[in-house]
Amino acid sequence: MAFLLKGAHAVDPQIGLDEVVDVLLDGKEIVEVGHGLEAPEGAEVIDAAGKYLVPGLVDMHVHFRDPGFEYKETIETGSRAATHGGFTDVATMPNTDPVTDTGTGIRYQIDRGRAAGLCHIRPIGALTRGEKGEALAEIGDMVLEGACAFSDDGHGVQGAGMMRTCMGYVSQFDRVAIAHCEDESLTAHGVINEGKASTRLGMFGWPALGEELEIYRDIELCRLTGCPLHIAHISTEKGLDLVRAAKAEGLPVTCEVTPHHLFLNEDDIDSTYNTNLKMNPPLRLKSDMLALRKGIVDGSIDCLVTDHAPHAQHEKDCEWEIAFFGTIGLETSLPLMLTNMVRTREISWSRLVEVMAVNPRRVLRLADVKIEKGSKADLTLIDPEKEITVTEDYFESKSKNSAFLGDTLMGVASDVFVDGKRTLANGVVAQ
Amino acid sequence: MLSVKNLIDTYSLTADDITQILDTAAAFESVNNGRVIKKVPALRGRTIVNLFLEPSTRTKSSFELAEKRLSADSLSMGGSTSSVVKGESLADTIQTIDAMNVDMFICRARLAGTPQKITENTDAVVINAGDGKHQHPTQAMLDLYTIRKHFGHLDGLKVAIVGDLAHSRVCGSLAPALKTMGAEVTLVGPPTFQVDDPDWFGCPQTWSLDEVIDSVDVVYMLRVQLERMEGATIPSRREYNRLYGLDMKRVSRMKDNAIICHPGPMNRGMEINADVADCARSRILDQVNAGVLTRMAEMYLLLGGENNGISA
Repeated sequence: MAFLLKGAHAVDPQIGLDEVVDVLLDGKEIVEVGHGLEAPEGAEVIDAAGKYLVPGLVDMHVHFRDPGFEYKETIETGSRAATHGGFTDVATMPNTDPVTDTGTGIRYQIDRGRAAGLCHIRPIGALTRGEKGEALAEIGDMVLEGACAFSDDGHGVQGAGMMRTCMGYVSQFDRVAIAHCEDESLTAHGVINEGKASTRLGMFGWPALGEELEIYRDIELCRLTGCPLHIAHISTEKGLDLVRAAKAEGLPVTCEVTPHHLFLNEDDIDSTYNTNLKMNPPLRLKSDMLALRKGIVDGSIDCLVTDHAPHAQHEKDCEWEIAFFGTIGLETSLPLMLTNMVRTREISWSRLVEVMAVNPRRVLRLADVKIEKGSKADLTLIDPEKEITVTEDYFESKSKNSAFLGDTLMGVASDVFVDGKRTLANGVVAQ
Repeated sequence: MLSVKNLIDTYSLTADDITQILDTAAAFESVNNGRVIKKVPALRGRTIVNLFLEPSTRTKSSFELAEKRLSADSLSMGGSTSSVVKGESLADTIQTIDAMNVDMFICRARLAGTPQKITENTDAVVINAGDGKHQHPTQAMLDLYTIRKHFGHLDGLKVAIVGDLAHSRVCGSLAPALKTMGAEVTLVGPPTFQVDDPDWFGCPQTWSLDEVIDSVDVVYMLRVQLERMEGATIPSRREYNRLYGLDMKRVSRMKDNAIICHPGPMNRGMEINADVADCARSRILDQVNAGVLTRMAEMYLLLGGENNGISA
């Protein structure tokens, strides 16, 4: 099936493209980019006037709970949520049951993703067996089956020696180690940022140091082993400063941030104990939030990710201290960025494309996608003027635990193309 | 009328709310302390559920007696008999009881925010009888009652709250209530027992009990919450007693009219020595008595009673 996208404002910083063009897709590729293109016979013409066309968005940090916790999300429902949110690729974290720590587990996710037929599933393998932090997982086997990166996300690898072994071993493959930085001897029992929030609400605190200490450790292990390091869901100003300093030294260190750490902080948690605001790492200070926003602007943060963490209603509709950590994010990520950073001109469209499409592909060692002839037709078309209200009914995700319920946001993906196939059409997921 | 529908925390209470509670409690003295038939019909026909999800002796007894004094119908549940233990969610438990049509929930819970969560599942009035490390507002009211009764006022008094501040819902509710009433509060305890953010309380803090003992009107000793330690942050009972325990030597340095309070249960020989607990300055049993009065007042006012309408 061929598609001619007429009059889209295409933005691709990789090739310096930032203008209104026509783009013709045929098969799995972009076959022409230009002005006044004529639709070949049989091609569907899509009026893209007023919309933005960008390389397909990539969320390199999601939890699809499949296998093991299919009551929260499956690869199919997660793919629908990703597509609805405008994504062509998602990288799935390995804290499934069983933990995705073998080539078989990687193959399962890729096959399930293909069966769902919406977005590319890019599985991340565990660093250690069972994410227990004790013995190396079969990392090479997983690379051969298609793992795009390695992480024990959900836990920090507690032993520095074990992390050194992991990073040393990963360094032979062209893959990054993704570090969930949490020193559990400091964060034990912590359910909320340590400080004002923990005092006000009377709960054990999760101190910033618990994160920053492991960021520092893993940067030094990057220096020692040469293994490229990617810091997951960075949440504090000081942690970001450590990453900045490592980059300035030329170390292969990158990092990511979530929309909830960019747009929410501990002051948003009030005496109603809204458990959709319970995160790991927790919402931090307002000053941290603003520092992270600056990191998106100045380039020290590489990627925007959601840490999409679906949980069933009964796992969130309970007392804060026993509620599960996390928020879903795939379907609000782009609207939040458009509303709070692009519309306000805090960042340009080009910068948005870098953090949501270009950089995640590089970190995951995926082939570049460019808006030019011959490139893979993985594209996202965005309507910047469409308003959405975030309600439970809005979500394709199986779970509804969003920190942003009730928000009204401006700008959303209208169409998504994956391998030239239209997976989202006018805001409606295919199938 | 109080300015709040439920009694969840003390920082939502105005000085007027607190004064109403204390004055109403004073009016109940004649019911509880002055006669043989200790009962008035103030809450006849009203139904109160005592939901105690965490062990409690004095608070639970105090509420139950206060309910009986006011002629309310009450039901006590919790602990090993509750369906929460069987894995039922809090929301389901509350909705189930609520469907039986009750007027008030008294809740004691291990988890912070539980009383707030209850308010989301019922229109009945909710009183927090202690939630995790968060708040224990009815304890604060009985403490204020005891202190006011001794001094005749609260404003301008100097109060040292001493001990395990970090794990203490008593401190969390008492300090803001004292400040609302114009008292000055100092937090005393080892650094590892200090609250995460003392600035939020707006109270000075010190590591030294000896530094403040001779200048305060009230020495409020907190129980060391041995069950909430989870990774001990003090080396031993013996050392704690030596550095922070209230012994007769320290008591002898207190101001002439100064008093000693403790929310109980006491760890005798740890935060407070036995002879101190039983000495003339101790108001510990007065606090227990005030607990019945102030809880009567809270239930009465929250269920629509007027401060001046008591026919005791």
